[in-house]
Formats: sequence, C-alpha cells, structure tokens
Amino acid sequence: MTKRNDLTETVGVVGASLIAMILAPFFMDQFGLFQFTVYIVIALFALSQAFVWGIGGIVSFGQAMFFGIGGYAYAILSIHFGDSTYGVIGSLVFPGIFAAVLGYFIFYGRISDIYVGVITMAVSLMFLLFFNASSGDGYAILGVPLGGYNGIPALPPLNIPGNPASTLGYSAMWYVVMSSLLLVYALLRWMLTRRFGKVVVAIRENEERVGMLGYDPRRYKLATFVIGALIAGLAGSFYASWGGFISPTVFSLTMSVQVIVYVLVGGLGTLVGPILAAIALQMLVSYAGTQAAVDPTFLLGTVLLLFVLLIPKGFMPAIMDLYTRAKQGRAQN
Amino acid sequence: MNTAIIILFNIFLGIGVLVLTTMSLAVIYGFMRIINLAHGEFMMLGAYSVWFSTSLGVNIWIAILIIAPLVVAIIGVIIERTIIRFLYGRIIDTMLATWGVSLLLIGTVTALFGNHVRGLSTPLGSFSIGDYGVSYYSLALVVISFVALFGLWAVFRFTRFGLIVRATMLRPEMAAALGINRDRVYVMTFALGAGLAGLAGGVIAPLAGVFPSMGMVYIIKAFIAVLIGGPAAITGITIASSLLAPVSVVGSFLASSVVGEIALLTLAIVLIRLLPMGITGRWPRLSL
Repeated sequence: MTKRNDLTETVGVVGASLIAMILAPFFMDQFGLFQFTVYIVIALFALSQAFVWGIGGIVSFGQAMFFGIGGYAYAILSIHFGDSTYGVIGSLVFPGIFAAVLGYFIFYGRISDIYVGVITMAVSLMFLLFFNASSGDGYAILGVPLGGYNGIPALPPLNIPGNPASTLGYSAMWYVVMSSLLLVYALLRWMLTRRFGKVVVAIRENEERVGMLGYDPRRYKLATFVIGALIAGLAGSFYASWGGFISPTVFSLTMSVQVIVYVLVGGLGTLVGPILAAIALQMLVSYAGTQAAVDPTFLLGTVLLLFVLLIPKGFMPAIMDLYTRAKQGRAQN
Repeated sequence: MNTAIIILFNIFLGIGVLVLTTMSLAVIYGFMRIINLAHGEFMMLGAYSVWFSTSLGVNIWIAILIIAPLVVAIIGVIIERTIIRFLYGRIIDTMLATWGVSLLLIGTVTALFGNHVRGLSTPLGSFSIGDYGVSYYSLALVVISFVALFGLWAVFRFTRFGLIVRATMLRPEMAAALGINRDRVYVMTFALGAGLAGLAGGVIAPLAGVFPSMGMVYIIKAFIAVLIGGPAAITGITIASSLLAPVSVVGSFLASSVVGEIALLTLAIVLIRLLPMGITGRWPRLSL
C-alpha cells in the first residue's frame, strides 16, 4: 500500500469515528451509551492484541494479564490516593514494567513461538490463581484489601486530573474512552510509518533477515510487547472505572481468548479490523445473552473455530482481497 | 515422622496426577505436534462420562477405566476428522482451533448439565497415618498412573502399532510410500491421546468433582510438563513431573496451595529459559 493510501485510511477512520463519537450521546439513551462505552474499552484492549500479535507477530496469549494488572493498579491507587489520576498513571506504569521483565525472559531467551504462547498463558493464570486466593486481611496493598475471589468493589470513577471532586458522568466517560481509542489508533498508525514500525513488521515477516541487517530483533520485540502492555493496561483501568469494580476474572483465559478472537476475526495485521470486530462481536454476544438461546462461551468458540478453518486471514484482509480482485477484473475488461 | 510420610505420599500423588494428566499431551503434542488446548475439556468429558454412567448404575471402576477413555476416544476421532486434519503443520492454527473446541465443549456441557459441581463418592475407604487421613483411592490413582505410563511406553516400544506411529510421524512421505495409510495412523494416534485424557478425567473425577470448567486447572501444568520434558515425550513428562510436583507439594506444605502453584510455575519458566529445548533436548525427536 502506498503512503498516501495509508494516510487516507487513517484520516478517514479517525474522522468518521470522531463524528460518531460526538454524535453518539445525542442518539443513544444513557444505558445504551454506558453499554457502548465498555465495548470501546474492550476494543482498546483488542487493539493491544492486534498490535502485539497481528503487527509484531508475537504470539502473546496472555494479554489479559496486562489488562488485569492495569485494572488492579487503577483500583488500588485510586482508592489509596482518592484521585483516579494516579490510578490511570499506575495502570500504565505497572503493566509496562511487568511486560519489560517478562519480555526480557521471553525474547532474550530466544524462546520459540509456541513457548511464548504457553508462557504468557501460564503467567496470566498465575495472576488469576494469586488474586483468587488473596482474600483475608493478610492481602492488602497500600491499605486496600484485595478481596480474593470477590474482588475490589466501589472504585471511584474517573475524575478531572487533580480534582477528585469533579467525577466524569456517562457522556464524559464516553468521550474520554472513545478519544483514547482514536488517539492510540492514530499513534500506532503513525508509528507504522516510521522506521521503528517498519522494523517491527519486518521482524514478523523474517526475523533472521532483519537480524542479519544489523537490527537486534530482541530489542524491537521487547519494545512491541511493552507498548502492547501499556495499551492493555490503559484499557484495564477504563474497565475498572467503568464498572466501579474489579475481580480476578479479568485474568481469566476467557478474557485473553476474547481479544484473540476479535483480532482473528478482524484480520491479523490490521488495526481497524480488530476494533470493528470487537464492537460487532460484543454486540452479538450481548444480543445472544439477552435471547438466552446461546451460551456466550459456545458462541465465542464457534466463531473462533469457523474463522481458523474457513477465513484464517480474517474479515478485513478477505474483503480487501475481494476488492482488489474486483478492481483488477474491471481493469482487464 | 508421620508428617514426612505424608509429604512423601503427597509428592507421589502429585507426580501421579501430573503424569496422568500429561500423557495425552505427550502423545498429541509429543508425537503429532498439535497443541491441543481442548485437552482439559477432553478430561472434563471423561469425568462427565463417569458421572453419567455411574448415575445409570454402572460400576464405577468400569466407568472410569473403560467407558471414560472409550467415549473420549470416539469424540477425539470425530474432532480429528472434522477439524484437526485440515490443520496439520500449522501449529498456531491448531492451537486456536482447539481453543475454539474447548470453549465449544464447555458451552455445550454447561447447556446440557448446568454449571454446578457434581460430586462423586470416592470408592474404597481411607486409612490414617498419624493424624492424617489418606484415602485408598489416591493410592489407586498413583498405581493407575504408573501402570498407564508404563503401558504407553510399552505400546510405543514393543508393538507394531507403536513403530508405525513413530515412523509415520518422523517421515510421513516415506511411511506412505511403504503402504501405510497415513490418515488412519493420525486418527488412531489422536484417538489414543484423547482416550488417555478421558482416562485422566475419569480417574480425577471422584477427587476433584465434576463441572464444566474443571479442565482449566490441569491444562497449563500439563503443557508446561510436556514443554519442559522435551522431544522424548514419555521420558520427558516423567522427569518433568518428578521435578515439578515436589516443588508444588513442598510449597503447599510450607505456605499455601497458591504458593505451591506459583512456585511450580516460576520453576517452569526458569527451566524453559535455561533449557529452551526441554530436559531431553539433546535426544532425537520421537525417541521415547
């Protein structure tokens, strides 16, 4: 794709979403907006998986751990300081640091893809086990009891930085979440046009060759992993403040597989695809939930299976293929 | 003294459980190179077959040792024919597809039998060592695991079937050229692996309780044991289990079961960092 095409796409996507963002509160009732906010939060989480796995080619099957660390950091710091600003900062710092340490072990050990998948999965399970067992007075961080299986309730909502008294309402929360998604998306797109992004994509295609050209793939993969963790952490903090509640289920395998499905359905290697897939599939799952006809787990599994078997490239690339083929067909006539 | 005996017994029990829950992966991953993330759900199906057939009045030992492996092996054949066979050689895709199968099975079983724990009464009684009660059933579990492990090894070491499987996995084209039906070998190997998972689920069922997501507890540890074990799958899981289980048991004894689990997983990550090819990394692939 040419540079101009890239730019048009980014500007188009961001512009259209900006309009949707501004107009949405006028067209949706409060509950609809509230519901849609969490879809966008999870779309942001899916974006981290899309970047790490789709763009960077790192088989991370445990992005939920960064989401969860971000959520718990938000919960603990916001309650402790009484100001959600610290919580949001913490939800970037802690997942980032943890990803750097874990990523060091993974990438500097030159561990192969399958091991990366299993290790990331195992570590997020470790968090699930730990937080599930963290009930009782012995388990408190900064004076905030972790609450074990039941999690931490009554989290403060987002507030204007430095002013804990003025908390954000439903539509303000919507604007914050939506503009964060757009900002992260635009930043990632911009990054992909720079040298760093090009090296990251090149490593996905052929790590050895990139190494031969004098780049250190380990460093770039580590950086990709950390950036993905920052995004997931931010999404985690929004998730916690949205529901006012956090529990160990954020670390569960279902949480990780959910975003894997969105990326797979939306298309590996694209960023818009997973975002759209995340929103569409969540609407589908919640619709199925209200119908009580299909179990959401069952639905998620079916979608995953169908896509791996029938459309392994995902929706966006499949549609693009059709489009180019149609265009070529017309050119030949 | 009694405490020491109990810890020793728990270590053996831990090794037994780990070996039992890992053998299926030793076959499916070790031989076939398929990451079966539905492993835990195969076990769950085994456990449900035991619960279902005993509730119909079948003897529990027949249910555990015959019905559970058989049912899951048949389900394995269906899954291999409809899904897995399209994905050989695409290791990440098999991982994703079997994850889909896993969710599908959890969803189906939840819809059919509900999302609550079904208890099974433990057969046999118990005896006591000092203040601790130990059930004979956990002794039986250890025995069953080691018999099954030895049986699996013997099948691959001494039988014609074992030789054909290993040959086919090593050089599929050559095996096909010699007149071996490749598809049949794949499906039979997968069925064997699935059957072992069914057996594991059946044996665990009276101890762990039967519920749709019961497999999740075992799957990560089983994978870690297989990966740490390395290319010689059967020896590998035996050594890996013997290393990991004691750490977990001692950790549980000194602090809590969570500390034990975390110690196990930490040791596993360090081991993978130190020996990325696994403990038997220098052995040729498909040795036993």
